[in-house]
Order: sequence, then C-alpha cells, then structure tokens
Amino acid sequence: MSENSIISLQKVNKWFGDFHVLQDVNLEVKKKERIVVCGPSGSGKSTMIRCINRLEEHQEGTIIVDGIELTGNLKNIDSVRREVGMVFQQFNLFPHLSVKENITLAPIWVKKLPKAEAEELAMKQLEIVKIPEQANKFPGQLSGGQQQRVAIARSLAMNPNIMLFDEPTSALDPEMIKEVLDVMIDLAEGGMTMIVVTHEMGFAKTVADRMVFMDEGRIVEEATPDKFFNNPESDRTKLFLSQILNH
Amino acid sequence: MTSENFSEFRKPPIATTGLLGWLRMNLFSNWFNAILTFLVIYFLYQIVPSFFNWAVFSADFTHNYLGERIIDRTFCTRVMEPELGGACWAIIFVRFYQFIYGFYPVEEVWRVNVVYLLLVVAVAPLLIEKFPKRKHFLYFTFIFPIIAYFLLAGGFGLAHVSTKDWGGLLVTLVLGCTGIAVAFPLGIVLALGRRSNLPVISMVCTLFIEFIRGVPLITLLFFGMVMLPLFLPEGITLDGLVRCLIAVTLFQGAYMAEVIRGGLQAIPQGQYEAAQSVGLSYWQLNRKIILPQAIRITIPSIVNTSIGLFKDTTLVLIVGQLDLLGIGRAVLAAQTWMGLSIEVYVFVAIVFIIFTFSMSRYSLYLEKKLKTGINMGAD
Repeated sequence: MSENSIISLQKVNKWFGDFHVLQDVNLEVKKKERIVVCGPSGSGKSTMIRCINRLEEHQEGTIIVDGIELTGNLKNIDSVRREVGMVFQQFNLFPHLSVKENITLAPIWVKKLPKAEAEELAMKQLEIVKIPEQANKFPGQLSGGQQQRVAIARSLAMNPNIMLFDEPTSALDPEMIKEVLDVMIDLAEGGMTMIVVTHEMGFAKTVADRMVFMDEGRIVEEATPDKFFNNPESDRTKLFLSQILNH
Repeated sequence: MTSENFSEFRKPPIATTGLLGWLRMNLFSNWFNAILTFLVIYFLYQIVPSFFNWAVFSADFTHNYLGERIIDRTFCTRVMEPELGGACWAIIFVRFYQFIYGFYPVEEVWRVNVVYLLLVVAVAPLLIEKFPKRKHFLYFTFIFPIIAYFLLAGGFGLAHVSTKDWGGLLVTLVLGCTGIAVAFPLGIVLALGRRSNLPVISMVCTLFIEFIRGVPLITLLFFGMVMLPLFLPEGITLDGLVRCLIAVTLFQGAYMAEVIRGGLQAIPQGQYEAAQSVGLSYWQLNRKIILPQAIRITIPSIVNTSIGLFKDTTLVLIVGQLDLLGIGRAVLAAQTWMGLSIEVYVFVAIVFIIFTFSMSRYSLYLEKKLKTGINMGAD
C-alpha cells in the first residue's frame, strides 16, 4: 500500500454462495480524499464499501483501514468501526428512540461519555445537519430527508475519520435529495474522507476527487471527474454514462 | 373561486349518527343481520335472567331461607327445598381461608398477607411507567422474591412453614408469578441463543426449546416428580412445590423463547447494521436496539402465553399440589359440602377471570401507549 493511504483494498475477493461479487478489487484512498463510486446495480459497489467496516466479510485479499487490518479479530473490527461512520440507503434510524437518543446512544455506550456531554454533542451535530428543532421527535415523525440527516448526525457523533455513504439519496423523494446532498457537500468541504456510492452525478462532479466505476464485481475505471465524464476510457463506462445522463 | 373555499371541511351526513343511525347501521343493516340480532337477544333472554336468579336473587350467602346460619350442605336452601334455592355460596364463605391460604397455620397467616401486599407494591411500579420514584421501587421489585420466600417459608426467626401447607390462591400466585417472571428472561436468552451464529449454542437452545415445547406440561410435571430426584445427587431432595415451579418455568421459558424469536425475526437487518456501524457490541445492540423493538411488537403474544400459563398452573393438582382449583376439589371431597361443585367451580372461574382479564386489559393499554408518539412504520 502507498504511504499515505487511509484505506487500502488489495486483491479483495468475495462470493455470495457461488456468485463472485467482488473480483480482485484494488482501491487506495488517501486521507481527506472524496471518492464517488458508481456502476449498474449488482456491480458490487455496496458490497465493497460494506466490506470496509466489515458489515460484509471478504474471503480473500487484505483490507487495511487506518493502519488496522480487517480479519476475524473482533477487537480490530471494533476499532475500525469506531473510525468509520456509515450512512445507509434506508436511513436505519432506531424507531423506538427519539432523534436525540438515536445520536447519543453510541457516544454513551461505546465511548462512555456522560449523558449531559453526549446530549450537548448531539445538539451540535444536529446544528451541523440543520435540524436542531427536531431533537425530541421520533424518526417516524420526520420526512425522509430529515431522517437521513439525523442518520448522518448519528454517524458524525462518533467523530469518525472516514464516512461511507451507501446510496444515501436513493430512497428519498426528489424534493429532499438536495437537503441531504448539501449536508454532504459541507462535510466534504470540512475535509472528511468520504466514499460515496451514488447515482447523483451532479454531486459527483462538484465534490469527487476521483470517480470509481464498477461493473460485475470489478473496478472498471478510476479517473478524475473531469476525465471520467468527458473522456472515459472503457466502452462499458461510456455506455453507463450515456444511460444515466440521457434520461 | 378563491382559495378560501378549500379550507371549508364538511360534517358527515346526519343519517349515519345518533342512536337510531347506530342501530340501523350495526344491528339491522340487512335481513340476515336483523335475524342474527333477534336470535342473540332471544338467547340472552333465556340465559341471563335465570343465571342471575340462580347466582344472586335466590342464592344463599351466609344464611338460608329460614334465616339460619349455614355451616354445612344440609343447611343450604337448595338442599332443603330444591325448588326454592339457587346457589349456596356459603361453601365459599366457610372455606374462604382455605381458598386463599390453603392450610397455612392461622397464627402465621399475617406473613402471607404481608406477601400479598408487597406483591402489589412490587408489581405496581413495574406496570405503571409514571409511578413516583419508580427507579427506587424497582430495586424493591428485584429483591421482592427473596423477601417473599423467607416470609412464606420461614427463616430469620420466623417459624418454618412447609410448602405442603401452602395452598389455594397462594400456590396459584406463587406458580404463576414465578413462572412468568423467570420465564421472561429465560425466554430472551433462549431466543437469542437459538439465533446465535455459534452452532453449539444455537443447537443446544433449539434442542431445549423443541424438547420442552414438544412435551405436554403434565408430562413435565410428572418428570419433575418422578425423574428429577433420580438426577439429583444423593441426600438432596427437592420440595414438591419447587419441582412444580421448575417444570412450569422451563415450560413457559420455551414458549416465551419462541414468541420473542418471532419478534426478533421481524426486526429489519438494517437495524443490526446501523447499530454495528456505530460500534455497539453484541449485547449492547440486543439490549438497546433489537430487544426493545422485538418485545414491543410481541406484547400481545407475550401476554397471551402468560395468561395461558397462569391457567395451566391448575395442572399441578394432578401431582398433588393444592392450588386454587385443587383446594376447590378438596373442599368438595369432604362429606359436609358434597354436591356443591357448581358453586366452587364458578367461584374458581371468577377468580381466574379477574386475573387473566386484568392481564389482557393491561396488554391493550400497553399497546395503545406504545403506539402513540412512536411510529414503528419507519423503514
């Protein structure tokens, strides 16, 4: 791996049963780098980023996150998960807890923060995602965009070095996509290392340092957004771009 | 047209409201419905007045129709003058002590009364969320079983009372409360164990659940009576009531485990992933995220199996424990009260209904309370 990589995937392979989802995936992510991953559905994008915080187990190859190699070692998994925040397509807020409790839960139980301190932290995170007034509501009372912003705040409260986004706007009504993307742009400008799986090409053009295009479990093309959108190398990329940009 | 027109809401049509409207809509909406309504009214007319006549208006309570105090069956109006008399509740009044305490020594019975009282103090804060100083009272709830044990059985200067002398409602409540209270955590552990990724744990839990669930409770009670002593080291004997308690608790634990497992399966995978991604450990994840949601959606089934168990405790009479029903049968077996079985069974039924109906009402209240404010429909 190169010297200043914070995430390094080397020859990563993974199967679901007989289905080869990840084939020799290599990816190096530098500190503060913003990567946007795109590709057709079933191409392994989600699986790849889910391997980075070990929601999925890879079977071959090495994954090193912030100097820690992901193996079956539970201690390593815990330390990596503390470094890496994740935002899901379906938000996955805890419906039985209030917005504030959703955010304070992990700081209190994992980081052993006193309750008052955790609540202060939660309010700070809610300010960052611009919905402090929703602190005492329950997730079911919020709109999709608000829920996703709470989910971002929940991850940020653990003060991660890396944020993973797994199609964060795919389950949202069109009117709410922007409010979530705005928060993500703020984050990117703040210097967060981010890997974002998304089909929001406008967002990719504004924010990404590098585009990664995947198909059938392989990384087909890696390029700067400029090169990726204007002058892609592989035919598969050209086809994909023509499909999603022309609708 | 201005925008004001949009803000006017209309009231529903009048014909659907009011008593007549209600009757028409619910009882006489078509000829079939009307026939059913009349049939039900006819049956109620046949049953209800004669039941009340038997149970209340022509019944004896403590004195018969001649004004004599009833001390055995020969004084009952319905034994003396079968045409005149209804129920003879005197059997309940005369034997009330046995129904409530069994054969607990009279001079020690205050201890049972204290336990009954403390039981209310222990359960109330558990059930009522807004109970003042709830946290402190919950500590008491936790140590209540120990206090109750020493009060009932003796020790610390209190005279020893053998469980052979316990009986009636006391035994029913001891079995029911212990069974439900211990089976709940046992069920949670078994349910989590059955879903464990570790094959040994999962197999042991599955075997246990399937074995216990596949065997009738009576068989387990016989097991406890006959087989359990064979497995114990020599010299150690287990009290008969304790053996019943073990059988009842294991039985209920297995059922509870399956109920809770059903709830666990309803929790979306995303909840696990979100909890893991913020770094929660297996136990934290289950305690804080998964179980609260799983238990919430299984409350109706949890209460359902608990009511089932509470009624099933009557089976212990087959292995010689005198619970409420057992005492009833013992009372009837005596020559002095023979033939009054209807009164006894109705009384026992009413006591059970009081407990089970309260449980079912409480579950409805819980469901309602948990629904408001928290929308579980979020994905």
